Amino acid sequence: MYTLTIDQNDYPCQPDETVLDALLRENINLSFACKKGTCHSCMVRSTDVTPPSSAQSGLKNTLIKQNYFLACQCYPEQDMQIRLPDQSEFYRMGTVVVNKMLNRNTILLIIAFEDAFEFNAGQFVNLQRSDGLTRSYSTANIPEQSNTLEFHIRRLPGGIFSAWLHDEINVGDSIAVSEPRGHCFYLPERREQGLLLVGTGTGLAPLAGILTDALANGHTGPIHLFHGSREVEDLYRIDEMHQLAEQHPNLHYTPCLSGSHVPEGFAAGRVNEIALSDIPDLKDWRVFLCGHPEMVNQMKKQAFLKGAAIADIYADAFLISVH
Amino acid sequence: MSKTLYERIGGEPAVDAAVTIFYRKVLTDQRVSHFFDNTDIDKQIAKQKAFFTMAFGGPNSYTGQDMRNAHAGMVRTGLNEEHFNAVMEHLGATLTELNVPGDLIAEAAAIAESTRNDVLGR
Repeated sequence: MYTLTIDQNDYPCQPDETVLDALLRENINLSFACKKGTCHSCMVRSTDVTPPSSAQSGLKNTLIKQNYFLACQCYPEQDMQIRLPDQSEFYRMGTVVVNKMLNRNTILLIIAFEDAFEFNAGQFVNLQRSDGLTRSYSTANIPEQSNTLEFHIRRLPGGIFSAWLHDEINVGDSIAVSEPRGHCFYLPERREQGLLLVGTGTGLAPLAGILTDALANGHTGPIHLFHGSREVEDLYRIDEMHQLAEQHPNLHYTPCLSGSHVPEGFAAGRVNEIALSDIPDLKDWRVFLCGHPEMVNQMKKQAFLKGAAIADIYADAFLISVH
Repeated sequence: MSKTLYERIGGEPAVDAAVTIFYRKVLTDQRVSHFFDNTDIDKQIAKQKAFFTMAFGGPNSYTGQDMRNAHAGMVRTGLNEEHFNAVMEHLGATLTELNVPGDLIAEAAAIAESTRNDVLGR
């Protein structure tokens, strides 16, 4: 018999029992449906051990790497610490070291920590104000010795949290940061594979992290980055991306504008349509999509229809909180 | 004991292969693709996987009532016989493409066919 630990409470798991059945028997509130490993409703995460591989069958490889598993398919092989999906998050305090404009409505915010902050480039965290107001933002850098996290934060019309970060937060201020979340990141495998990165607005943030990570891992396949917005004033890091592309022959960068004024050097049209016409066949490609939910969801479907395997499509749709 | 259809067709790997081919067919078929305009593709794939597992008579916990509830919204927006037939067509074509023997395809089609009244809310 093994012990399951959740939030410092211990629960026994009988030898013939799955994690799901043990937790339900103990009256732990965990959502589930099919109990056959198909619906993924009961996906949880182990924070200390690698789950049995049979309990990870069918999961995305970035979820597997983070020790997510299906409770209904898991017969434990050792004691396990388990994190439930809705369990309260652990926050740690960081210090703002940079807050400066990237373009007319987006700031670069860099938060430093005393100790290493473990994350995968492209994941997001929750930032929290002292009154409890919380918003999710994507990281834009790769884990570095400086123990920093970088964010690109656009001022949303009527956005309380982005206005607070833009107008009131200064260098030296403290801010609470959650553990990293999300499964939209690069894994150093199949390095010869083509990578397609498509983002709108601050969707460049996670894509920049993923891109830097892929280059740092010696990715040899072609890497195509398409960054889009309506007007040129809402793009950013244009020169830096062009320079990076000059340094890395396998990197291709295309800034795209969907508005009516399109200066030389920019592609005219919607970013996903431009990407799809430039790369008509996505068979065996790995695709990363970040930004506007409508673009992300459309492009997910289009990339799949153009031949990308669903397991190779990683997406992060930026949902906007109203209050 | 004789093996189940699910096992004879090839179990989970066969389901995964079938889902990909089938879903590409459905999404590019103008007769039915509009039903999938606003759905998240990851969630859809999970549902299609459950559908194929069912069509192969494999382990699943879907009841007639589940099929009714799941499709009720689509029935209100016009899901009818013609759409069901289109999906049946794609099911057959998918399995043919995967070189599943004809008698097994017939078995799978019969299982899918048995959900017709529940799916169409009759």
